[in-house]
Amino acid sequence: MTGAAQPESMIVIGAGEAGARAAMALRESGFAGRVTILGDEAHRPYERPPLSKAALTDAAEPQAAFILTPDRLDEHGITHLGGRAVTAIDRAAHEVHLADGERLRYDRLLIATGARARKLALPGATPENVLYLRTFEEARALRSRLAPGAHIAIIGGGFIGLELAAAARARDADVTLIELAPRLLARAVPAAIAAIIAARHEAAGVRLRLGTGIERIEAEGERHAILLSTGERIVCDGIIAGIGAVAETGLAERAGLAIDNGIAVDGRLATNDPDIFAAGDCCSFPHPLYGDRRLRLEAWRNAQDHGNAAAKSMLGGSDAYQAVPWFWSDQYDLTLQIAGLADEGRETVTRDLGDGARLDFHLAGDGRLVAASAVGPNGRIARDVRLAEMLIGKRVTPDRASLVDVSVKLKGLLAG
Amino acid sequence: MNTTTAARWIEACEADAIDEEDVMRFDHDGHTYAIYRSPDDEYFATDGLCTHEQIHLADGLVMDHIIECPKHNGRFDYRTGQAKGAPVCVNLKTYPVKLDGGKVFLGLA
Ligand SMILES: Cc1cc2nc3c(=O)[nH]c(=O)nc-3n(C[C@H](O)[C@H](O)[C@H](O)COP(=O)(O)OP(=O)(O)OC[C@H]3O[C@@H](n4cnc5c(N)ncnc54)[C@H](O)[C@@H]3O)c2cc1C
Ligand code: FES
Repeated sequence: MTGAAQPESMIVIGAGEAGARAAMALRESGFAGRVTILGDEAHRPYERPPLSKAALTDAAEPQAAFILTPDRLDEHGITHLGGRAVTAIDRAAHEVHLADGERLRYDRLLIATGARARKLALPGATPENVLYLRTFEEARALRSRLAPGAHIAIIGGGFIGLELAAAARARDADVTLIELAPRLLARAVPAAIAAIIAARHEAAGVRLRLGTGIERIEAEGERHAILLSTGERIVCDGIIAGIGAVAETGLAERAGLAIDNGIAVDGRLATNDPDIFAAGDCCSFPHPLYGDRRLRLEAWRNAQDHGNAAAKSMLGGSDAYQAVPWFWSDQYDLTLQIAGLADEGRETVTRDLGDGARLDFHLAGDGRLVAASAVGPNGRIARDVRLAEMLIGKRVTPDRASLVDVSVKLKGLLAG
Repeated sequence: MNTTTAARWIEACEADAIDEEDVMRFDHDGHTYAIYRSPDDEYFATDGLCTHEQIHLADGLVMDHIIECPKHNGRFDYRTGQAKGAPVCVNLKTYPVKLDGGKVFLGLA
């Protein structure tokens, strides 16, 4: 271990979910020195998940859902400096450089810079005609476009695109959603569940264009036209792209830290500099449940759990991070929840939860439970997904019949 | 079990309608409550909605003396209502409970 044996100054870059949680967790672990969160956004840390949900659909103008109130920051002696972008990390001097020239010294540094929306590289796509969603300001800008009767084209059939489509329909806008892959949610969700979600969107009146590329975007008077690979031409009032996110690794790269699909950290979330850690969407880490497979997750709970874990490691802890990946999405009256990594499964066993709710258990070749994915009303699926998550964490090899039979309580399998 | 004297005792359900280490929703007078039976067979009651977003806690999971919200897994100690960490930071209101003749009663002010 290098650096100060007794760290006095902890700096967190990025005032997001992971950064805020880490700062709090440092205090919860008894750290009494300085804790500073540096954020390029003007706001205090806020939750992003509502940006594609309630912030777009609520009747009232949205407020950011702040994670920490000024009182809580004060009470815990955490300094948050908003609107202060970090431009460089000087590892030798143990300093971060801010855009305004100021330098701050750290003993331990946490990089929690998140990810940014991937931009469309298409003829005719400009920052003016294509909108993206990552920040509160972007949500506000989007919201004003979702007017009744307006025709919105959404590019990308991942979580953000689908939540946007549901929000736009809730506001009575017309929606066409264009996805290059032959089905929705191809990256993380099993086909059977994605099909249920596709059907729900079609029932809500969303026009899906799957397996469809885009040739270019053109102006059509005040409106836009999107030329599809099928020859179709979609004329619309607004274009929103949700085509994935890119890890915010620039600072780490320029500081010479190892990068591997995100800032590469070890099981303790330490980078190749023992005084610098990374957490949340910006980093990739080995997961012990999946043979140390390197993962980069873009998930809210992971950002929190990483924040907690990074704080412990910054204080000298040696525990390896092993929380089961967990993700949810809300679209209309449906919630989708996934625990574990579905693509590790070789066999699927389905439990019918009633009311159209369905829970798929994914078993590895050796029968071990590696993931569970469910779709349905939240109240129908949440409890069993949570129990499945615990079973995944315990590396159980469950009896298939008990998984299928709804009269067998999953809680009972935990004890075994 | 909470023994505070309450102004009104409202009959909520049969005591054995709730499994040990489980929770049930109870609606009364436009308000929703959650009633818990602990692993050591005591009964407790709190407000029925999570303090993070307005979600019914009775769809969540009870483990020991913790109720976990079914939406984002916020946790509360249902005996005291105490929020146990992110994303919940506002405590749940609790209500006194008594058993009488095999029934659960909620003490409402
Ligand atoms: C619209 C939307 C909806 C979502 N919905 C869900 C959902 O339903 N379920 C789910 O599980 N997950 C969801 N997520 C994902 C979840 O919000 C993220 O995984 C989580 O926010 C990641 O936290 P983080 O702290 O790693 O990054 P962020 O929350 O992105 O925070 C990083 C912060 O660092 C700042 N920063 C970057 N570079 C610098 C710099 N050089 N100097 C200073 N500051 C910097 C950024 O501006 C940002 O404020 C959603 C995300 C979005 C955008
Ligand atoms: S609604 Fe309960 S934790 Fe979010």
